[in-house]
Amino acid sequence: MALAQAKLDLTETRLAEMPAPTGEAGWAGEARSAAVARVRAMGLPTRRDEYWKYTDPATLTQAAAPRAAVFDADGEVPLYADIDRLKLVFVDGVFDPDQSDDLAMEGVEIERLSDALKKDIHWARDLFGVLETRGQDPVERPLAALNTGFATDGIVIRATAKVARPISFVYLHRDETSDAMLHHVVRVEKGAEVTVLENGPAAARFNKCMEIDVADGGAFHHVRAQGRDHERRAVTHMFARVGAGSTYKSFSLTANGAMTRNEHVIELTGDDAIAHVAGAAMGDGANAPFHHDDTVFVTHDAQCCESRQVFKKVLRNGAEGVFQGKILVKPDAQKTDGYQISQALLLDEDSSFQAKPELEIYADDVQCSHGSTTGAIDETALYYLRSRGVPASEATDLLVLAFLAEAIDEIEDPRLQDDIRSRLEQWLSRRRRS
Amino acid sequence: MLEIKNLHVKLEEEDKQILKGVDLTVEAGKVHAIMGPNGSGKSTLSYVLSGRDGYVVTDGTATLLGEDLLAMETEERAAAGLFLAFQYPVEIPGVGNMTFLRTALNAQRKARGEDEISAGDFLKLIRAKAKDLQIDADMLKRPVNVGFSGGEKKRNEILQMALLEPKMCILDETDSGLDVDAMKLVSEGVNALRDEGRGFLVITHYQRLLDHIHPDVVHIMSDGRIVKTGGPELALEVEKNGYADILEEVA
Repeated sequence: MALAQAKLDLTETRLAEMPAPTGEAGWAGEARSAAVARVRAMGLPTRRDEYWKYTDPATLTQAAAPRAAVFDADGEVPLYADIDRLKLVFVDGVFDPDQSDDLAMEGVEIERLSDALKKDIHWARDLFGVLETRGQDPVERPLAALNTGFATDGIVIRATAKVARPISFVYLHRDETSDAMLHHVVRVEKGAEVTVLENGPAAARFNKCMEIDVADGGAFHHVRAQGRDHERRAVTHMFARVGAGSTYKSFSLTANGAMTRNEHVIELTGDDAIAHVAGAAMGDGANAPFHHDDTVFVTHDAQCCESRQVFKKVLRNGAEGVFQGKILVKPDAQKTDGYQISQALLLDEDSSFQAKPELEIYADDVQCSHGSTTGAIDETALYYLRSRGVPASEATDLLVLAFLAEAIDEIEDPRLQDDIRSRLEQWLSRRRRS
Repeated sequence: MLEIKNLHVKLEEEDKQILKGVDLTVEAGKVHAIMGPNGSGKSTLSYVLSGRDGYVVTDGTATLLGEDLLAMETEERAAAGLFLAFQYPVEIPGVGNMTFLRTALNAQRKARGEDEISAGDFLKLIRAKAKDLQIDADMLKRPVNVGFSGGEKKRNEILQMALLEPKMCILDETDSGLDVDAMKLVSEGVNALRDEGRGFLVITHYQRLLDHIHPDVVHIMSDGRIVKTGGPELALEVEKNGYADILEEVA
């Protein structure tokens, strides 16, 4: 079907602005042109697309990134400060070797994407743009294809053993109009394990794509915190293929941000695989708009797999939250255990939460449940806390943390759990003081 | 200590007068009990004094140590020394009991201009107080009142009271839902807190709690007023003859 003229114009205008990557190997060039062809065929998204009904993609598709002021962390202890990790720093979407640790670590190969794409033979060839392409069906994700077509920086990781320290991507934002695109590729070999951490806004506008292939018996853990710059915009895609007996766990923390669209596209392709995705978002529309969208698509394509989706949002002062979550169970995926919960705590009547939970099941011996709730703060609990002398604002924050706890509990490593929790407490108490 | 004069209260949502002129003074060092049939306004009195939403004071005053209680926020009343032991303690999933207790203690200390208590000192303090009430480490770790039995919830209320050391304690039907042993334990906890500088107002339906917590003064409340005041013998009279005789007598 031909694209509508408006969509065609939007797409061609954007593509005309994108600089074509140069000096890459033949296979990389092919992957790039195929990705651009996908973008042309699909067209960039508009509000009229069903998948973008609750989130307006205009600021993500327009040619220039809208300005975003850099958040002043004011001497706060940064996230993961006490975690022993290998740090890789990006400034406005460009890898900065000077601020980063050495790329060598036992049990893992780490390379810059730009280096990998120049090599005639590279393992990433089987994954770069491949998982993204698989993830385009049955729902199109043109902004991910755009990323494959043009992202020139990123990291490729191949874990061959249990990697001792987490690999931590630190995304610094310095330029108020920066427009960054990063593409990471992660391959977890049989029985290997790796943890990837992400934090920071990366840029005024950030388009990030991560392709993760977890081989049999492997484990991939992911914890991220998206930057607190109020006006920043981000669209991210996590494409995962999870093999037999392997584990994929991802948690995201979002506080602030004018626009966040986080997509997870997860395929459970081997028996007994596990995928857990969770998110805690805290939005306040008082100083800048807040819009946060979690869009998750989990496909069960093997037997006895388990998937969980746990998403919690706390919204106030006109903040907007969206959840689109789907569990697709293919005919042979018997004994599937699927679970999905999305909940919003609205602290006032101006804020809103839209949820679209979906189950599509073709196997007959499965256990799938989903739920979604939207509610106000528990007044009785608030009164009880206040009657013990806890001021209303602090009591509210205690209840907010309690509400988010179920999502944070999904993080497997207790040190990371504590880190996320204490950072949230710090942010909330700073907010109370200001 | 606590001085209530001519207190009139109606519900916020509907035009229903609950308290119709309550006069009551609780002196420091004394235990006053309020008894009365269902619907007489006993619990409403405790809620209004602690600042719960949903009630409107239409007339009268209530002061704690000379300060106007009704002008304060709920948390300010607590910091001023008022404590209400709830009839139905509230369950708060996701908030650990220890976190709750430490936050409450520190909030009150801060409101009074005192330093926050250190984590180590708090732990020592809470362990000692919990032991007296037979509250184990598990109950301290669990979310506030979640999965607690009726007796555990009430013991947790008394633990909060022991920790916060309020000047004026209101106990709203603390005996409800307690078996004999639990009642004894809770009463011992309350009795341990009795001292010259502290006042108590014990709200109850039954005399049996007053066997353990001996009151100095007993009030009978009916239809939003204190209708009779006497000594401990008044509670025994209620136990023996019910409220009907007394209410008839004062009518």
